[in-house]
Amino acid sequence: MTVDAERAPVIEPGYTFGTVTEKISAIVLTRPASNGWFLGFGIAFMLTMMMLYAIGFLFLKGIGIWGVTIPIGWGFAIVNFVWWIGIGHAGTLISAILLLLRQSWRNSINRFAEAMTLFAVSCAGIFPAIHVGRPWLAYWLFPIPNTMRVWPQFRSPLMWDVFAVSTYATISALFWFIGLVPDMATLRDRATHPAARLIYGALSMGWRGSARHWHRYETAYLLLAGLATPLVLSVHTVVSFDFAVGIVPGWHTTIFPPYFVAGAIYSGFAMVLMLAIPIRKIYSLEDFITERHLQNSAKVMLATGLIVAYGYGIEAFMGWYSGDRYDAFTLWNRLHGPYAIPYWSLLICNIFIPQVLWIRKLRTSPVALFLVSGVILVGMWLERFIIVVVSLHRDFLTSSWGMYYPTRWDWMTYIGTIGMFLAAIFLFVRLLPMISIFEMRTLLPESEVKE
Amino acid sequence: MKRERIYGIMAEFDSAQTLIDAAKLTHQAGYQKIDAYSPFPIEGLAEEIGFHYNEVPLVVLIGGIIGGLTGYLMQYWMSAVDYPLNIGGKPYNSWPAFIVITFEMTILFAGISAVFGMLALNGLPMPYHPVFNVPRFALASKDRFFLIVFSSDPKYDPAKTRGFLEGLSPRSISEVPS
Repeated sequence: MTVDAERAPVIEPGYTFGTVTEKISAIVLTRPASNGWFLGFGIAFMLTMMMLYAIGFLFLKGIGIWGVTIPIGWGFAIVNFVWWIGIGHAGTLISAILLLLRQSWRNSINRFAEAMTLFAVSCAGIFPAIHVGRPWLAYWLFPIPNTMRVWPQFRSPLMWDVFAVSTYATISALFWFIGLVPDMATLRDRATHPAARLIYGALSMGWRGSARHWHRYETAYLLLAGLATPLVLSVHTVVSFDFAVGIVPGWHTTIFPPYFVAGAIYSGFAMVLMLAIPIRKIYSLEDFITERHLQNSAKVMLATGLIVAYGYGIEAFMGWYSGDRYDAFTLWNRLHGPYAIPYWSLLICNIFIPQVLWIRKLRTSPVALFLVSGVILVGMWLERFIIVVVSLHRDFLTSSWGMYYPTRWDWMTYIGTIGMFLAAIFLFVRLLPMISIFEMRTLLPESEVKE
Repeated sequence: MKRERIYGIMAEFDSAQTLIDAAKLTHQAGYQKIDAYSPFPIEGLAEEIGFHYNEVPLVVLIGGIIGGLTGYLMQYWMSAVDYPLNIGGKPYNSWPAFIVITFEMTILFAGISAVFGMLALNGLPMPYHPVFNVPRFALASKDRFFLIVFSSDPKYDPAKTRGFLEGLSPRSISEVPS
């Protein structure tokens, strides 16, 4: 097979258990932090502070400082919530679904993809909490006994969402942590500074690599992957129920769950590539994150992008075929209404530009992939903007039509969460092994045994 | 009971293949209380040292069942027993609407059981363990493979066991003080 011969390897030849270990752990243990790192982290940290300022002012003044009004009661907060949650999905796909499918190339990228999931979900979690209007009462979302003796309304998709997202955050954190334990043991044994030895030693929990431990560990890891797989599919499905269960034209469709899940993976892989491409360059990890990883991720984006395109197609088709005048108007309004520019931009970003990934040369070019990924992330954000804002601004009665204009506080909060996400990534690459060391060892030919 | 001064005898190997062969021979020679250490999971190694069955799946199953029951019964009790509210004329026990949270709680409890059950069965966290007294054992998390025969093994004899392990042509042999 000539195709296989041309394929880039998952890990470049010439590495041993020792060199893989040294190369990855050295980034954390011995490599000094560069000026570039401090600059990047500094900017990200300042953006985080800007977000805290915007949220602080929100708590002081109330959500009137945002652009949300009636009829558009769900503005940037929900757009950004859905966008961030979606980005998280690729991490779980890589770590759990590809593990079950025995795609061993995932071993090089699963660790930081999971970290990305965790940070993206943290960013997402901020929005519903600050969006409730009285954020000090956000705990009412949880079934906690209270003096009024009432309970949450479990028949509402918004409650399902609370459980789906908090379960997702918990399971992602556990999955990530449990994957780190053997690598913490490696860092514990390599570290020279007493504080580093103590901290990594405590996090490794005394892991010693016993065959019995590995046996239980692998069972637990596999079961966790099996549990995370339906979970991740359920999370964006439940997020889509927030819309699909409502009767607003543009929301009330059955295509939403599958197309939300595909869109989530689409944007998530775009974020994985936007992180992986600079990181592999800066930390010279091209031998571990090879052309093969970039190509495979590009193929996943191409496939999920086509599912998303199909979703748009069905929405448009149903707008015409259903004969429902409100659905038909929703379609017309997207194409020609006051938000036509975002809608056409969405089609260009999500459907037309990503088709260049059919070209092998662009699929293997880091620069081209980085740019296309950026376009997809913008496109997926616009998709959520269209779904949330454009559907709400024209509903059944002309008297309740309106417009949504985001304020500077909306933008500061949104850009601030990007800063928080990047700040967390900056800390992560310096403090924890960003590639799973023990799973990289299993990719080496020497790890194979005959009984 | 008097505490053993020696925890066991440890042999160091260069590769996964030599470790798995050595583990097989040691187990076949009649040693029961042995363990093997490797920097990554090796397929079939646990079976070679006589460890065939692990309870993690059972723990996860029980956790999942408890989670599912908790999820459903919580919603049932809150919506139909403790504070029944008429929402759009739906029945108090509107089970189709309760399925999503039941599912999420099943996954949550099963996942937590998988992680903490695995750690508990492995006896982790364990801040001290005698194997760490061997300085070369630091390489067990990098590129070396270790096999230990515990002194609690009925067949254990300081000289004979050491001689047996030397016959497996290891890279080094150390006594593990307890």
